[in-house]
Amino acid sequence: MPKRGAPPEVNAGSMADIAFLLLIFFLVTTTIETDAGLDRMLPPIEPPDTDVIIKQKNIFQVNINRDGQLLADDELTNIKDLREKAIAFLDNGGAPSGTPDYCSYCKGKRDPASSDSPAKAIISLKNDRETKYGTYITVQNELVGAYNDLRNREAQRLFKRNFTDMEAEYLNPETPDNVREELKEKVKRIQDLFPQKLSEAETSSN
Amino acid sequence: MSKFNKKKDAALPAVNTASLPDIVFMLLFFFMTVTVMKDSTLKVENVLPNASEIKKLEKKDRVIYIYVGKPTREYEKTYGTESKIQLNDKFADASEVGDYILMERAKKPQELQNVLTTALKVDKEANMGIISDIKQELRKVNALKVNYTTYEGDAFRNLQ
Repeated sequence: MPKRGAPPEVNAGSMADIAFLLLIFFLVTTTIETDAGLDRMLPPIEPPDTDVIIKQKNIFQVNINRDGQLLADDELTNIKDLREKAIAFLDNGGAPSGTPDYCSYCKGKRDPASSDSPAKAIISLKNDRETKYGTYITVQNELVGAYNDLRNREAQRLFKRNFTDMEAEYLNPETPDNVREELKEKVKRIQDLFPQKLSEAETSSN
Repeated sequence: MSKFNKKKDAALPAVNTASLPDIVFMLLFFFMTVTVMKDSTLKVENVLPNASEIKKLEKKDRVIYIYVGKPTREYEKTYGTESKIQLNDKFADASEVGDYILMERAKKPQELQNVLTTALKVDKEANMGIISDIKQELRKVNALKVNYTTYEGDAFRNLQ
């Protein structure tokens, strides 16, 4: 019986090639993407217990019709002018000085016929069932943009940085806890100056 | 002198590549672990609108997705060309959204159940009617945190 040698070595030279092939496959299929979008809170379904009476002048009514036309405070408005109008409304601060609603940081026209203070001002958005979703998002974007612009202004004045930056850092899970604690207060303070009060009525069908 | 001359006639030694597979495997494992395979194939057209005031949607495990749009060409014959809702892999009616949310919520760990966000991935050509129906359903099951998922860009491009 012929004596056998040691078992032959398996040739591992092509291992690297195989591994490369797999690597390239995973490289190509990987999508490290994070979705982004507009965050909104829906109103709870049960109506609040107490009926609050809101003055008409504190409501900024925005209507979108099926053709994408915009009615802001009973005036036909171009969507491009909406942000400006919303800012003017929110920042108005019409309450006279000395009253509890007086807004010391507002830089608006202080028109008594418009909103009393940012805390009282409500934007009401109403749309048709046939309105295009793209139009709706544009309007939402402009209204959120109006709030962000005002909040940025106040944050710049108080903390010398943009509110949107602060909020992004606060929401980022990688931010260390002690920084977050500090930011939390600042973010809260700015949010209280211009609370986002965007109400959405149910859509009308005609 | 001979000490220094020795090197000249020696051939350039080959680079040892024995550890190359190890390195490649390491990379391979990295990409294998970070890859997230898409769990549902889209059956609807899904061109999202643009917006500029967006916030990132962190933490994928806290998100429930709802897709809305026209059925793609292969489903057009069976489902028509009106906008439809897609939940997981199936087309669904607006009335099924509530049950779907409750089902998905039950699948998540207890501590996350109260912090879930519903991401609405809606085609920009869809009508608001269907969105309102979804929103109404979401309110019924108390899933109030929504995110209208968009691309980052100039919002006015949606109007064209």
